[in-house]
Amino acid sequence: MATLTEGIRRILDHDLVWNLRSSPAAIIAAIVTSLLFIAALGAPFITPQNPLDLASVNLLDSELPPAWMADGVSHYILGTDTQGRDIFSLVIYGLRISLIVGFLSVIMSLFIGVSLGLWSGYAGGWVDAIIMRAADVKLSFPTILVAIMLNGVAKTLLPAEVFQKSALLILVFSIGISGWVPYARVVRGLAMVEKEKEYVQAARLARRSHTAIAVSHVLPNTLGPIAVIATINLALAILTEATLSFLGVGMPPTEPSLGTLVRIGNEYMLSGLWWIVIFPSLMLVVLILAVNLFGDWLRDVFNPKLR
Amino acid sequence: MISFILHRCVQAVIVVLTVSFVSFMMFTYVGDPVNNMVGEEAGPAERAELRIKLGLDDPVPVQFVRFAKRAALADFGISYRNAVPVTQLLAERLPATLELVACATIFALTLGILLGIYTGIKRKGILSHAIQMLSLAGISLPSFVVGILLILVFSIMLNWLPSFGRGEVSAIGWWTTGLLTLSGVKALILPSITLGLYQMTLIMRLVRSEMMEVLRTDHIKFARARGLPERLIYFRHALKNTLIPVITITGLQIGSLIAFAIVTETVFQWPGMGLLFIQAVEFADIPVVSAYLVLVAVMFVSINLIVDLLYYAVDPRLRIGNAATK
Repeated sequence: MATLTEGIRRILDHDLVWNLRSSPAAIIAAIVTSLLFIAALGAPFITPQNPLDLASVNLLDSELPPAWMADGVSHYILGTDTQGRDIFSLVIYGLRISLIVGFLSVIMSLFIGVSLGLWSGYAGGWVDAIIMRAADVKLSFPTILVAIMLNGVAKTLLPAEVFQKSALLILVFSIGISGWVPYARVVRGLAMVEKEKEYVQAARLARRSHTAIAVSHVLPNTLGPIAVIATINLALAILTEATLSFLGVGMPPTEPSLGTLVRIGNEYMLSGLWWIVIFPSLMLVVLILAVNLFGDWLRDVFNPKLR
Repeated sequence: MISFILHRCVQAVIVVLTVSFVSFMMFTYVGDPVNNMVGEEAGPAERAELRIKLGLDDPVPVQFVRFAKRAALADFGISYRNAVPVTQLLAERLPATLELVACATIFALTLGILLGIYTGIKRKGILSHAIQMLSLAGISLPSFVVGILLILVFSIMLNWLPSFGRGEVSAIGWWTTGLLTLSGVKALILPSITLGLYQMTLIMRLVRSEMMEVLRTDHIKFARARGLPERLIYFRHALKNTLIPVITITGLQIGSLIAFAIVTETVFQWPGMGLLFIQAVEFADIPVVSAYLVLVAVMFVSINLIVDLLYYAVDPRLRIGNAATK
C-alpha cells in the first residue's frame, strides 16, 4: 500500500504533471481529450445501438429530433437520422474512425519524418541536401490537393471493390505521406547538434555502427520536440481527414467518420433536420480544439523560451 | 541573390513537373482512352490503328513530353462528362473562384489587422482576451463547419443571406462578376467569411505579436517622449513596421486559399473551379482533374515565387545579411 501511494506521489511530482496542474486550460484539454479517447475505445459499451449494424436500426424511428425537444424520444438523446440511426451512436462511432485515421497517419508521418530527419542530420552531405530539397518541394503544394491526388491515383489503380474495402488505409496513406516535413526538419537540426557531442564520439570509438548510434544515442534526445509535433500533427491529420471525407474523397458512408457524417447531414440541413449535421460538427470542433490546446501547452513545456 | 532566385525557380519547376507527371499518369492509366472513343463493335485492328494515331504506343517519356507540350499551350483535351474543351470549362469557372479568393483576402486583411492592432495595444483587456480565445477556436474550426454554421444562422434561421450560388452575375467581356448586383454581393458575404476566417486569425495573431514587439522599440519610446498623440504613434510609427511580414504571409496564403476554395465552394455550391474539380473527381473526369491540378500548381508556385522575390526586394536587411555570410 505504501509503495502505491509513494508511486502516485512520484507521478504527481513529476515535471510534466506539475506543469499540467498549473495550467487550467491544459487540464481541461487533457480531460476532454482522454474522455473522447475512452469514449471512442468503448464505443460498443456506451452507445445504445450499433449504427453500422442494419439489424439494430428501426426505420420507423427515423428523423426524430433530440430528446429535449417536443417530439424527442429519451432513447435517442441526440435524435435520429433519415434512416433511423441514433445520432449519438453515429457520432461516437465516427469519432472512433476519425481518431483511428488520425493516429495511424501520425504514426506514418512520424516514422517517415524521424527516419529521414535522423539520416539527413546524421549523414549530412548530399543525403541531407536531397532530403531537405524534397521537404521544400513538399511544402510548396497544399496537403489537401496531394491527398486528393493520391486518392485519385489509388482509385484508378485498384479495382472498385478493393478500393471500397481499403478506403481507410488509402486515406491514412494519403494523409500520412504529407505530414513528415516538420518532424524531419526538427530531428535533423537536433541530430546535427547531438552528433558533434563527446558521447557520440565515444560511441564511435567503441565501434558502434552509425545506425546504432543514430537510433540508440541521438534519437532519445529528440523525443520531447517530436511529442510536440506529433500532437499538433494529430489535430491537423484529424482536420484533413474530416475535410477529405466532407468532400467525398475520404471515408465512405458505410464506414462514416465525423467528416462523412457532416457531409451526409449537410444534405438535410435545409429541410430543418439540423441535428443530423450539428452534432458531428460540434464533436469535431471539440476534438480538434482539445488536441490543439493540449499541443500548445506541451510546446510551452518543452520550449520555456517561448512563454 | 542570383543563387537564391535560381534555387527558388528550380524548386518551382520541380513542383509543377511533379504535379504534371501525376496528372499525366492519371490521364494515361485511368481506363483506356480508346474504349471511350470507339464503339462496342470496333475490331482489334481498328483499335490498334486508333492507338497508333493517338500515339498511345509510344514510350511513356515521349507521351509525357507530348502531354507537357499541349499543357503548356493550355490544351487539356475534352471533358468526358460535359463534352466541352476543358480549357473553356475552367475559363468559365475561373472568375467565380478568383472573386471569392479576392473577397476572402480583403476580409481577412481588414479584420485581421484591426483586431491585431487592438489586441496588441490593449493586451490586458477583457475584450482582448475574448478575441484571443475566439482566434484559437477559429484556428480549430474546420472551414466546412464554419460554412455550415453560417448557413444555419444567417440563411435558415435569420433568412438574411442566400445559402448557395453566386446570385445574379453580370458579364464584362469573358469575365463574370457578382459585385455589381445586390444579390451577387449578398451571395459573396458568407463564402468569403468562411474561406477567409482562418487567414484572418493568422493575420491577427501575427499583427498582434509584431505590434507588441515594435511597441517595445526605442523609436516608439522616443515618439512618446516627443508627446505625439497615441493614434499617430500606433498607426504611423508602429503599424508601418508590422506590414512587411503581414504582406508576405497574406501573399503566401493566397495559393492555399485557391486550393481551399474547393471546400468553401462545395459547402455553398459556388460555381467555381473547385466545385468543378471535386465533381470531376467524383465522376473520374480525368481531363478536368488533371488540368485543374496543373493550373493550381502553376498558380500556387508562381504566387509563392513572386512573394518571395518581392520580400527580398522590399527588405534590404535580407540582402545585406546574405552578403555578410558570403
